[in-house]
Amino acid sequence: MIRARGVGRRFGEKRVLAGVDLDVGAGALLLVTGPNGAGKTTLLRLIAGLIVPTSGELEVAAGRARIGFLAHEPLVYRELTPLENLELYGRLYRVRERRERIGMLLERFGLWDARHEQTSALSRGMLQRLALCRTLLHDPELLLFDEPFTALDAAGSELLLDELAADAARTIVVASHQPERLGDRPTSRLALAPA
Amino acid sequence: MSTSLRNNGAAFLSLLAAALLVAGFTLAFFWAPEAEGDPAFRIFYLHVPVALTAYAAFGWGGWKALRLLWTRDERYDLESYVAIHMGVIFGLLALVTGSVWARYTWGVWWTWDERQLVLFLVLFLFYSAYFMLRFSTPAGPRRARTSAVYALFGVALIPVSFLAIRLAERYIHPVVLTRDPKIESEMLVSFFVCLAGMLVLAGALYLAELAGKRADARLRELRELLA
Amino acid sequence: MTAYLSDVVALTRKDLLVELRSRDTVPAMLLFVVGGLVVFHFALVEDVSRLASAGMLWIALLFTALLALVRSFVAEREEAVIDGLLLAPCDRSAIWLAKTLSVVAFLALAELVALPAFALFYEPVTWELVAGVALANIGIAAVGTLLGAMAAAARARELLLPLLFMPLAIPLIVGGVGATLAEDPARYLGFLALYDLIFAILSWASFEYVVTE
Repeated sequence: MIRARGVGRRFGEKRVLAGVDLDVGAGALLLVTGPNGAGKTTLLRLIAGLIVPTSGELEVAAGRARIGFLAHEPLVYRELTPLENLELYGRLYRVRERRERIGMLLERFGLWDARHEQTSALSRGMLQRLALCRTLLHDPELLLFDEPFTALDAAGSELLLDELAADAARTIVVASHQPERLGDRPTSRLALAPA
Repeated sequence: MSTSLRNNGAAFLSLLAAALLVAGFTLAFFWAPEAEGDPAFRIFYLHVPVALTAYAAFGWGGWKALRLLWTRDERYDLESYVAIHMGVIFGLLALVTGSVWARYTWGVWWTWDERQLVLFLVLFLFYSAYFMLRFSTPAGPRRARTSAVYALFGVALIPVSFLAIRLAERYIHPVVLTRDPKIESEMLVSFFVCLAGMLVLAGALYLAELAGKRADARLRELRELLA
Repeated sequence: MTAYLSDVVALTRKDLLVELRSRDTVPAMLLFVVGGLVVFHFALVEDVSRLASAGMLWIALLFTALLALVRSFVAEREEAVIDGLLLAPCDRSAIWLAKTLSVVAFLALAELVALPAFALFYEPVTWELVAGVALANIGIAAVGTLLGAMAAAARARELLLPLLFMPLAIPLIVGGVGATLAEDPARYLGFLALYDLIFAILSWASFEYVVTE
């Protein structure tokens, strides 16, 4: 699913990532650890296709339509309601049976009652849960999670862990500096150090 | 792609440029006849080649920009940048020589009636903004692509601006100041020699600056590897 | 093709809704343009001639447009929400088209107030002026949206955008003022249409190169 050879990324003069090698097969769960500034977010962004490597080669077998990215920011519009946000992404990702799927996800993550409120009024935990809905909306093959536990409340974390266990066909990459949360689930690990 | 090879190319071109320019100006001042109706005509041999060279430089920069967007090869970024840098330098010279020409022909340092001059002013503004853009954006593939797109916009702007300036004349005020010298064939020959010299000079400066910048980049790369 | 259009519709709806709920940009534009027209009265010493007032209107419109353009990417930039759009499988140029359409809408709203104000303070508004304004809106929005994406990656982006935009706005001013004043406005309106065509196509095609990291 993901193949990296000597991947590096430089921002101007600063080198954020260097010499990363990866071989992640379909269905694997990769845990990426490392302190702040080690380049975990950059690696995820590279895999998601938001940025390109400045050195090395990176191949990801899933296209944009099959990737779900739970980023550091929730990536939702504050002025729109949760429902409107998911409607927008649903259209952009050409989600089939959009209405039903949105309804199902909002229910599942406890946001159904808040679906008509302005997103700016939601708590941080709810915001992250909405971001999770956005990530899972189009049933992606490859899931990328950037520090998912930091903004989630207890209920949200439970739901997330359920998601991570659920489907063996999905490939998952989690970047976290709290690796103990995932227990034994990861099938491979990658430790990054600041370059 | 060694830098010394480039320097040899630049050195050769500068010699050629010097030869052409000396020849051109000698022809212009001693062989070609005086222009009737235009006392300061001789500046023409400097001003127009400089102006045309600036256009050529902007065009070359635009071409390299297109190549960058097409191939995503960052090598073209530097080439496009240096070409536009040349264009701005020659453009500034064109403005200065044009202004001097206006002073000697009509007694004013600036006139909005000279279409070429106004066009250069607009382009000078545009390409100066190009440098602001590069200066404010962090280096990387995005800056390269953004600069390339802006450079292409510049190329599109040249004919559109020219058309705009012509259209503007019709409602601003009627063209008052004109010059209408008779062009003889000897003048054309001298002009083309000067033009050739100017283009070769621009080429020489382009290669020299490119080599310098490439050496800088190589040095930075090495420093990084050692760090 | 229909997928592309559906993306554009969804994105335009989003841009319009966001503005409707936040009410950031359009009210400021309205106040700014009317304020500008008032300031011009005090800035010009003699009785304002028809020629000068046309010029002033176009300058006021240009600066008001810059206001809208500087704001049009703020929502996305503030929390990197644009990443959400860039992750989606939609064509990047659809993002450009949606933003351009919404900027045109905001400009039209501002002009609904600005033109009557202009007619009240200075000169009556002719059909040629309205046509010129409509055509110029397209050019301003098209180029401005692209430049906004360029400036978004830079420091001092609020300063950079007007700087990048000024030289490209000159032909629009010529077309606009010409359409207002000249005896053959059709020529100037045609020129505006030409500008719109060239630069809209260029902006549409190059947006993807400028908005991605």
